Amino acid sequence: MSRILIEGGRVIDPSQQLDRVTNLLIEDGCIAGYDVAANGQDLILDARGKIVSPGLIDIHVHLREPGREEDETIATGTAAALAGGFTSIACMPNTEPPLDTQAQVEFVHHQAALADNCNVYVVACVSRNREGKELAEIGQLVQAGAVGFTDDGTPVYDAELMRRAFEYSSMFDKPILNHAEVRELTSGGVMHEGAVSLLLGLAGMPAAAEDAMVARDILLAEATGGRIHVMHISTQGSVELVRRAKRRNVRVTTEVCPHHFTLTDECLRTFDSNCKMSPPLRAARDVAGCIEGLVDGTIDVICTDHAPHALEKKMQELDRAPFGIVGLETALALVVTKLIEPGILTWPQAIAKMTINPARVLGLEKGTLAIGADADVTIIDPQRKWQVDASRFASKSSNSPFNGWNLTGRAETVLVGGRVKYQAPQN
Amino acid sequence: MSTKVGEISAVPAAWTRRHLLGLEDLSAEEITLILDTAVSFKEATGGCKKKLSSLAGRTCANLFFENSTRTRTSFSLAARRLGADTVDFTASGSSLSKGETFIDTAKNIEAMGIDLVVVRHRTPGTPHLLAQNLSCAVINAGDGPHEHPTQGLLDIMTIREQLGSIKGLTVALVGDIAHSRTARSNIWGLKKLGAHVILCGPSTLVSPLWRDVGVEVSHDLDKILPRCDVLNLLRIQFERQTTMPFPSVREYALLYAMNSERLAKAKEDILILAPGPINRGVELTPDVADGPHSVILEQVTNGLAVRMAVLWLICGTL
Repeated sequence: MSRILIEGGRVIDPSQQLDRVTNLLIEDGCIAGYDVAANGQDLILDARGKIVSPGLIDIHVHLREPGREEDETIATGTAAALAGGFTSIACMPNTEPPLDTQAQVEFVHHQAALADNCNVYVVACVSRNREGKELAEIGQLVQAGAVGFTDDGTPVYDAELMRRAFEYSSMFDKPILNHAEVRELTSGGVMHEGAVSLLLGLAGMPAAAEDAMVARDILLAEATGGRIHVMHISTQGSVELVRRAKRRNVRVTTEVCPHHFTLTDECLRTFDSNCKMSPPLRAARDVAGCIEGLVDGTIDVICTDHAPHALEKKMQELDRAPFGIVGLETALALVVTKLIEPGILTWPQAIAKMTINPARVLGLEKGTLAIGADADVTIIDPQRKWQVDASRFASKSSNSPFNGWNLTGRAETVLVGGRVKYQAPQN
Repeated sequence: MSTKVGEISAVPAAWTRRHLLGLEDLSAEEITLILDTAVSFKEATGGCKKKLSSLAGRTCANLFFENSTRTRTSFSLAARRLGADTVDFTASGSSLSKGETFIDTAKNIEAMGIDLVVVRHRTPGTPHLLAQNLSCAVINAGDGPHEHPTQGLLDIMTIREQLGSIKGLTVALVGDIAHSRTARSNIWGLKKLGAHVILCGPSTLVSPLWRDVGVEVSHDLDKILPRCDVLNLLRIQFERQTTMPFPSVREYALLYAMNSERLAKAKEDILILAPGPINRGVELTPDVADGPHSVILEQVTNGLAVRMAVLWLICGTL
C-alpha cells in the first residue's frame, strides 16, 4: 500500500465546499482522509503556505496528434498540461484525420496511456469528417469513451444538423460543444472588428458573428432539450445571451479562455501573430463582459483553447498565420494574476471553474478531493513570481502572447492517480 | 528649412528613425522635416532631373509582393537619382509559392548586402514584421489597407506647395476609406499638421468609428463640399472587397463623383487630388481630372522628391 501525506496546505475543494488548512492522505491512488497526522507515510509533501486543489481540468485542448505532430503530440501536450497544473484534459477532434471514429478515439487513449502523463478525454466529432453534413456515429463514439461532441475549429454550421445532434446526443446525455461563428460575417477576418481593426486596415470579425450563432444554439438546445456548451466565449453579447438562457433553465454552459479576459484587440497594434486567435481578442467592453460573467457565474469554466502552432507557421504574414495560442502553461498564473490577486474571483470560485465545473460539463468523475476519489491533486504556490519563457515550455510550440510577462502563482507539484507526475523547477 | 542637400551629407539631428512604417507614429516635426527635405531635393534637382551622389555606395531593394507601377518606379528613380544601386524583386502572388516563408525570402535578399528595403505587401503589418526580423532599414510602400506613408507625404507636400500651409485647411478624403492605405496615412499626416479632416463616402465604406480619432465623418458630399479647401478622391478598390459595398458603380458616381456641376458649388480655389490610378467617371469626371483645379500630375512629381527625401534621411541613420 502506498501512502502519501500532503501536509499543512490550504485545501480548497469547491465540490465539497471545503476550504481549510489540513493534512490530506492519499492511499493507493485515492483520497483516503483528512486531518491525518504524519505517521510513517511513504512520502510527505510539505504544503504549508500552499493551496491544495483538486487536479485542474482543461476541457478545451488541441493535441494536434494525429496529423500535425510538428505542432504538438499527445506526449508533449500532456506534459505541458502537467506543467500547467492540469491533471485531466479533453482534446478536440480537429486532427488529421479528425476524431470521428472509434478507432481514432482509441488511438488517442492509447497514445495518452503510453505518454503516461495526465488523464486525456476525447471530445469527438459531431459530424463525419468534420464536414458538417451528416452526424458522426455518436453512439459508437460514446462506447469508445468520447465525453462530448464538437466540430471545433469550425462551427456546426447547418442548423438542421445541429438540431439533430442535440436530439441524438441527448440519448447519451452528452453535450454538444460549439465554436460559435457566423462565417459570412468573418470571411477573411484576422482580428476583432472595431476601432483598432479600422486603424490597422485589418479585416475584422464582428462580435455579432459570435452572438448570432450563440443565440441560434441556445434556441435549438431549448427546443430539443439538448445540452449546449458555448466554447471560448468572447463577447459581452454572448455572455448576456447565456445569462438570459440560464435564467430560463436552458441546458447551457460556457467557458472562457485567459486571453479573452486578459487581452484586448489593442494587442494587434504590434501586428504580432501570437495575438491572432479565433475568436479574436475583443474590445475592452467584451473583456469586461467576460469578467462580469465569471463573477456572476454565467461563465462556468476557465479553459485554455491550447492551440499550438510550429514557429514557421506563426512567422508568416498576419493573414497567413494560423489562429491560436498555447495556453496550458500560463493559464493558472493568469487566473491568479488577473482574477484572484485583483479580487475579482476568490480562490474557491476560481478553482471551481478549473475543477468541478468542467468535470460536470463533460460528466467526468474528476475535479474533487472527496474521500475515495482518484487522487488527482494540484499543489499551487499562490505567491510564486515567475517570468514566462515560452522557449522553456513543455509544449512543442511556443506561440504565446504572454512570453516575457511577469506572473504570480504556479503549480508546484502535480499528482495524477496518487503518483507525483510533476514538480516545478525552482527557477 | 536650411538643409542644402546638394552640399551636405549628414541628415539633420532631428531625424532618428531607422524605418518609415507609417505616419501614425511620426510627429508633426518629423513630417515637416521630410517635407522640407523633399522641397530641397526638388529645388536641387530641378524637378528631379539632376542626379546626385548622396547615396553612392548604398543599395536599395524594392520588394513588391503586390502589383505596382508608379510607386515602384518612383522609388527606383528616387534611389538612382541619389546615386544608390537598386534591386527590384517582384513576387507574383505568394512568397510561399516555392515553400519559402516571406521572412526567409527577405532575409536572403538582405544577405546580398542590401542597406534598405522598400516593401509593398497586401497584408497590413508586413513591413513591421520585416523591421523586426531584418537588420536593414525598411520603408513601407503600402501594406494592404493600412498605410502608405510616402503617398500621404506627397499628397500633403502637394497641398502645402499649392496652398502654403496645412494648418486650418479643411481636407475631405472621399471614397473607399475602408480599403484605403492612402486615407490612413493622409488622416494622420493632415491631422498632425493641423488640418480638419472629413471622411466622406457611403456608410459601408466610411465607419462612424473614425470619429474616435478626431475626424469628421459624412456620407453627403454635396453637403460638405462648400466647406472644403481640398478634395482627395480615393479610388474604389473593388479588388479588396469581398461584398459589394454599394448597389452599383452608377449609383456611386451619382452620389460621390466629382464633376463640373459639383465643382461649381465648391470654393473657387478648391484643390483636387487623386492618388491614382484614377477611375475616370467613377471618382471624378475627365473634365475635373484634367481641369485647372487638379494637381494629380504634381502629386506624381512630388512623389519622387518625397521618396528621395525619405531614402536620404533613413540611409543617414544607418
